[in-house]
Amino acid sequence: MSTSAQLINLMASLMLLIAFAMLAQRRIKSLIYLFAWQGLVLAANSLIVGWYTGHHELYLSAFFTLLLKVMALPLVLHYLIRRLDIQWDVETLINIPATLLAGIVLVVFAFNLALPISQLAGTITRGTLGIAIAVVLLAFLMMITRRKAVPQVIGFLAMENGLFFAATSATYGMPMVVELGILLDVIVGVLILGIFFFQVREAFDSLDLKHMEKLKESDP
Amino acid sequence: MYPFEEAPLDLILGIVLYWLLIGAAGLLRPASLRFVSRVLFPMGALGGLLLVIAALTAVRLDPASMVLPLGLPDLPFHLRLDALSAFFMVLVGAIAFGVSLFSVGYFRSGEGALPGLLCLQYHVFLSSMVMVMLADDAYLFMVAWETMALSSYFLVTTSHRIPEIRRAGFLYLLIAHIGAIALLLCFGVIHGEAGHYAFDALRANSLSPFWGSAAFLLALAGFGAKAGLLPLHVWLPEAHPAAPSPVSALMSAVMLKTAVYGFLRVGFDLLSAPLWWWGVTALVLGLLTALFGVMFAAVQSDMKRLLAYSSIESIGIIFAGVGLAMIFHTYHNPHLAALALAATLYHCLNHAFFKCLLFLGTGSVLHATNERNLGRLGGLMRTMPWVAGFSLVGALAIAGLPPLNGFVSEWLLLQAFLFSPGLPNPYLNMLVPLGSAALVLAAALSGYVMVKFYGVIFLGQPREDKLASAHDAGGWERCALAWFALGCIALGLFPMAVILMLDHVTSLLVNFSLSSVTSGRGWLLFAPIAAQRASYGPLFFLLGIVGTLAVTFLAVRAFYHGRLRRGNAWDCGFPAQTSRMQDTAEGFGQPITQIFEPFFRVRREMPDPFSRTPVYFKTNEDRIWYWLYLPVAHAHERIASWIGVLQHGRIHIYLLYSFATLLALLLFVR
Repeated sequence: MSTSAQLINLMASLMLLIAFAMLAQRRIKSLIYLFAWQGLVLAANSLIVGWYTGHHELYLSAFFTLLLKVMALPLVLHYLIRRLDIQWDVETLINIPATLLAGIVLVVFAFNLALPISQLAGTITRGTLGIAIAVVLLAFLMMITRRKAVPQVIGFLAMENGLFFAATSATYGMPMVVELGILLDVIVGVLILGIFFFQVREAFDSLDLKHMEKLKESDP
Repeated sequence: MYPFEEAPLDLILGIVLYWLLIGAAGLLRPASLRFVSRVLFPMGALGGLLLVIAALTAVRLDPASMVLPLGLPDLPFHLRLDALSAFFMVLVGAIAFGVSLFSVGYFRSGEGALPGLLCLQYHVFLSSMVMVMLADDAYLFMVAWETMALSSYFLVTTSHRIPEIRRAGFLYLLIAHIGAIALLLCFGVIHGEAGHYAFDALRANSLSPFWGSAAFLLALAGFGAKAGLLPLHVWLPEAHPAAPSPVSALMSAVMLKTAVYGFLRVGFDLLSAPLWWWGVTALVLGLLTALFGVMFAAVQSDMKRLLAYSSIESIGIIFAGVGLAMIFHTYHNPHLAALALAATLYHCLNHAFFKCLLFLGTGSVLHATNERNLGRLGGLMRTMPWVAGFSLVGALAIAGLPPLNGFVSEWLLLQAFLFSPGLPNPYLNMLVPLGSAALVLAAALSGYVMVKFYGVIFLGQPREDKLASAHDAGGWERCALAWFALGCIALGLFPMAVILMLDHVTSLLVNFSLSSVTSGRGWLLFAPIAAQRASYGPLFFLLGIVGTLAVTFLAVRAFYHGRLRRGNAWDCGFPAQTSRMQDTAEGFGQPITQIFEPFFRVRREMPDPFSRTPVYFKTNEDRIWYWLYLPVAHAHERIASWIGVLQHGRIHIYLLYSFATLLALLLFVR
C-alpha cells in the first residue's frame, strides 16, 4: 500500500475517532473544538487526495473547508455560546456507553452497506467509504440523543462533514458548483439557527428542547 | 336570416370576453348596487341573447376550431365548436339571458357579499361554462371546469355569514373536487400513450376494453358528481337552498347540463368503442337517481330543497336517456339511438327552462315573504298573481302535461323505451320495459310533487298573517319569468323546430338524423318513429284544451250567470275555519312516506298525550348519508387520529423517524 493510501486511511480513522469522541463528549465547548478538529482532518484528507490523484480542484475545496469549518463556524459557535452563556454547560446525556454501543452497530452496518459500492468504485479512496457513511450515521445519532439546541446544530454540521468525506472518497469530490452550494447552505443555516437560538432563549428562558414539546396538536 | 354565419366561434369568444369585462367592471364600484344591477346585469343579459343567436347559427355549420395563444408554453388552448357544444351553448345563452334579467331586480343590498363581487363571480361562472363547452383539449377543459366549480362555490356562499351556508358550500366544493379528480384520472386513462391532450389525439387513441371501461366509469363518477347522480347527489339539496335564487336557477339549469355535455363528449365522442354494459350502467343509475329524487322531493317541506330533489330526478331521467342511447348505439341501431339522444337533449333544454322558472319563482316568493318553509306559506295567488301565473306554467311543464314542453321530451323518451325492437341481448329486452315503467313512475310522481309545490305555496289560505302584505315581483323579474314561461310553451308547441336543431347533434354523435323519417309530416303532426305508430300534434292539444275551456266558460256563463256566490275556500259548512286546518306540505307527502318508508330514515317525535305544550315533528333523512358519507368521514377521522399519534412534538423523535427511514431505505437499496 502506498504512502498516500496509508495517509488517507489514517485520516479516515481519525474522522471516525473524532465522530465517536463527539458522541461521547458532554461539554459544549469541547464539542466545538472536536468539530473544528474534524474539519481540519477533512481538509487534510481533501488535500492528500487532490495531490495524489491530480484533481487540483480539491485543493480549493480543502481551502474552503479550512476557512469555513475550521475557522469561521467554530468561531461563530464560540461566540454564540459565550453570548448565551452556556460555555461550561454539562449536558445530561442518556447513558453514553449505550450510545457508543449503538454507534458501533452503526459502523458495522455502514461497512456492510459500503462493501458492494467500494467494490464497484475504482478510486484509491474506496476503502474509506464505509467510514464516511459511518460518520454520517454517528452524527445523526448524536443529533437524536442531544437535548440542547447547540449540540444538535453541531451534529448537523458534523453530518455535513461526513457527506463531504463520502463524496471525496467515492468520486473524488462533488462538482465545484454543488460543493459551493452546500457550503453556502451551511453558512445560511448556521446564521438562521443562531438567530433562532436567541429567539428560543427569549421565549423559553432556556435552550432545552423539551420546552418545544408543547408545539403539537392537543388531543381532542 | 342567420347573422354571423362567417365566424360564430369568434363571436362566442367575444361574448366570453365581454362577460369577463362586465365582471371586472363590477369591481370598479363594488359597493354600488345601483350600478351593478341597473347597468351591468342588463349588459350581461344582452350577451346571453347574442350567445343564443351565435350558437343557433353554429349548430348548423361544420365544426370550427381554433388555437388560442394562451395557456402554458407549448401547451396552447384548443377550441372547437361543433353541433353538440353549440346546442348546449344555446341553452347557456337562453338561460343566462333570463337569469340576468331576473338578477337586475332581485339582488338587494346588505345580503352577504358585495354586489360588485357577486357580479364578477356570476359572469366568470357564465364564461367558464361556455369555455367548458368550447374546450378541445383536456387541459383547457379541466381549467374551465375548475373555474366553474370555484366561481359557483363563491356564488353559493354569497351569504357567508351563516354557518349552514358555509357548510353547504364546503360540501359542494368537496364533492366537486372528488368529481374533478375522477375526471382528471379519466382523461389520463384515455390519454394513455397518446402524444398530447388535445381531443383529436384522445379520439385517435384506441383503448383496450379494460382501460376503456375504466375511463368510462371514471367519467360517470366525475360528471355524475357534478350532475348529482345517486351516491354523489348530497350537495344538491344543501347547496340550492343556500344559494341566492338566480344562482340556484343557473346551477340547476345550466351547470348540471355541463356535466351532461361532458358525459356525452366523453361517452360518444372520445371513447370510440363503447361496450354494451356502459349504457346499462348509466341507464340503471339514472333511473335509480330519478326515482330517488322524486321520492325525496315529495316529502320535502323546504321549497328550494324540493326543487333541488326535483333536479336530481330530472338529471336521473337525462342520464337514463343517455344510457339508452348508448345501448342502441353499441347495438348499431342508429334510429333509436338518435331518438333517445334527441329526447335526452330535448329534456335538458326543457328542464333548464322550467326549473329556472320555478327557482326564480321561489326567489320572488322568498323575497316577498322571507320564508322558504312550505308550512308557513300559502294563498299567495291573490297577493302575487304574476308569479303565481308563471309558476303555474312551470309546474305544469315539470309535471309533464301537454301541450307544454315537459310532455314532449318525456313522451319521446318513452317512445325510445317502448319501441325498442328485439335487442340482441335477452336480458336487455327484459330490462328496457322495466326501465320504461320506472320512468313513468318518476314522471307521475313528479306530477304529484308539483301539485304539492304549487298547491301549498299559491293556493288555499295564507298560513301566516304576514303573507297578506306580500308584494308581487317587480317588472324585471316579471320579464324574466315571462321569458321562461314563453320558452316552456314554445318548446312544447313546436317540437319539430327543436328536432331540426337536434338533428345536427344526433348526426354528429350517432350518424342519424331524425328528420329524415319525421319530415314530410309538417309542423302539425310529429311522429318520431313512423306515422302509423305514434304521433303527437301539440297544436291539436292546445286547440282541444282552449276549446274545452272556452266551452266550459261559456256554459258556466250561460247557465250560472249572475248566481255566483263567493265563500271561503274549503268552507264545508264549518263556521270556524282557520288556515291551520288546510292540508300541509307534510300531510301531502304523508302517503309517499308511508309507501316508500324503507327508503327514508324517518324520525318522528310524537307528543305526549298529557303534555301541555305538545310538539310533533318528523324528519325524513337520506339513508345514503348515513350509509356512505358518515362512515367515510369517521374512518377518515380515525385514521387521522392514528397518524396523530406519530406527532409528539419532540425534535428527537422526529429525527429518530428520519433516521429509521434512512436506515430502512439504505437496507432496502443495497
